[in-house]
Amino acid sequence: MRVADTLLFARRAASGTPLRTGLLVLAMSIGVAAVIVLTALGDGARRYVIEEFSAIGSNLLIVLPGRSETGGLNPANLVTTTPRDLTAEDAASLIQIKGVRKVAPVVVGSSEISVGGKLREVMLVGTSSDFLEVRRLQLAQGRFLPPNDVGLGSNVAVIGSVIRDELFGSASPLGKPIRVGDRRFRVIGVLSAGGRGMGMTTDELIIVPTATALAMFDTNTLFRILIEGGNRDELESLESRVKKTLIERHDGEEDFTLITQDAVLQTFDKILRVLTLGVAGIAAISLAVAGILVMNVMLVSVTQRTGEIGLLKALGATAPTIRNVFLVEAAMLSLLGAIIGVAFGEAGAAALRQFYPAFPAYPPIWAVVAGVGTALGTGLLFGVMPARKAALLDPVQALSKR
Amino acid sequence: MSMIQLNGIDRVFQLGDSEVHALRQINLGIDAGEYVAVMGPSGSGKSTLLNLLGLLDRPDAGHYLLEGQDATTLTAEDQARIRSERIGFVFQSFHLVPRLTAGENIALPLMLAGIPPAERNRRVASALRDFGLEDRAHHRPDQLSGGQRQRVAIARATVMHPAVILADEPTGNLDRATGEEVMELLEALNASGVTLIVVTHDQLLGARAARRLTMLDGAIVGDERKHG
Repeated sequence: MRVADTLLFARRAASGTPLRTGLLVLAMSIGVAAVIVLTALGDGARRYVIEEFSAIGSNLLIVLPGRSETGGLNPANLVTTTPRDLTAEDAASLIQIKGVRKVAPVVVGSSEISVGGKLREVMLVGTSSDFLEVRRLQLAQGRFLPPNDVGLGSNVAVIGSVIRDELFGSASPLGKPIRVGDRRFRVIGVLSAGGRGMGMTTDELIIVPTATALAMFDTNTLFRILIEGGNRDELESLESRVKKTLIERHDGEEDFTLITQDAVLQTFDKILRVLTLGVAGIAAISLAVAGILVMNVMLVSVTQRTGEIGLLKALGATAPTIRNVFLVEAAMLSLLGAIIGVAFGEAGAAALRQFYPAFPAYPPIWAVVAGVGTALGTGLLFGVMPARKAALLDPVQALSKR
Repeated sequence: MSMIQLNGIDRVFQLGDSEVHALRQINLGIDAGEYVAVMGPSGSGKSTLLNLLGLLDRPDAGHYLLEGQDATTLTAEDQARIRSERIGFVFQSFHLVPRLTAGENIALPLMLAGIPPAERNRRVASALRDFGLEDRAHHRPDQLSGGQRQRVAIARATVMHPAVILADEPTGNLDRATGEEVMELLEALNASGVTLIVVTHDQLLGARAARRLTMLDGAIVGDERKHG
């Protein structure tokens, strides 16, 4: 039998039972669509996180107080003293280092803000004037913290757009007094809406000078120091210079942790890639189920078409011919299901992007290829048994049935 | 030499614990161009004999020489090729594929034999013409009368120009007038040189054949030839 005739015959056989074929194709397409939508979600999460981090600059070096060991609990850790504070002076010293362009110390804490009787819980960040550029933030109104205010601790504040809307409504907050904790501040600027990064929105922040924040929280230690380097290639040498300076300042002990944006990014990238793969694997189970359905439906088809199989044998069809006809039918149904599934999946991912524009839910190409491949593979694999059964039918018995 | 030569053929079916001898020591020779009716009551083994002649079944003992070739020792593929090229089947219940049109049903043996579409269409068209089915080419079996269905089946059986046509109760599902037409068609084919073997338990039908075999309990008990 010619290949084209085998294809045509299988197609006619499939379209001869539209309901059965339709349901089978639907099951297969749901499986493929599940793989595509779920991997789109997983990969979307990965892209989302990477975009979040890229928003705060890729030539960034972050200093954390304390030494974070990756090798689990080390007995030596128990003996060493508690780490020294990462101080505002440490941050100030870093600006002298060659290759450092901007330094933004960060103190974080929560406090209460009140304006004219309105009270609200708020996230307070103490930092320097460089913060605006290091974090790539935009101002909607007024100006940011004044430069060279490391030790002064003036009572000026920059507020997020949500805070402004909630406490001042449509009135301009510039120059207005606010009370944060037990201190009075003057509002000098408002951040643009939509600033993001490091898992928090800047819309609900209030930003004050470092020294002021340290005094408010009655502490010496910084939460982070953000260092912006000249360019990415020099980041490694910059890292070692920063490390050397800080070790010198900390009496020869490395009681802080230096991380680069790249390292964090790569870790997240790796974790989320594995997660996406895992999700794809779970979705692939639905494809295996669809494969078993293919087998079931093809077995029913062989039983229903026993007389036809006997006839084909009487007309001179060999066992391989019969087997091919049924295998091709199974493959066709799987392929059709896979194609419709890709359309469903892409439509689902597009709908996700429509509803959550910030979430880049694009299915990765490997997932589409793997989804279609698995659908075809399971279809063929589970089609083998019914096809063999058809090929091995005894023509005399097959003909007498019907 | 005979076209069909059966020597000492046995066929035994296992039914539960008991053995059923469907064919016992059959010795038979049929020449090319003969018109043979196989008669006998139900269960006498006539259908088993026909299946064996059509290479759909294998004997448990004995030899079957078809056109001088020992068909019992052939591989499954070779047997399929002989069924395709040398043998045409006509069944009581027609055995048309319901989803295919009359034309497509007739084209089935050509398609299975791998004959190119152009040649196929030409031969199907001439078969449709020969059997008066031109205006039924695009009808599916459920849109055809019983007589038309059997004409399609006969057209299908002859489209490969076989040497022998095996018909199992070809008029069993037809009324007498339609059955008569179908028999005339088959006999016309026989007149053109095709060997015709008809299995029937209808005495009138059997009486039309030039040679009548009577079977009982798996053995041939009568072999009459019509003279003149």
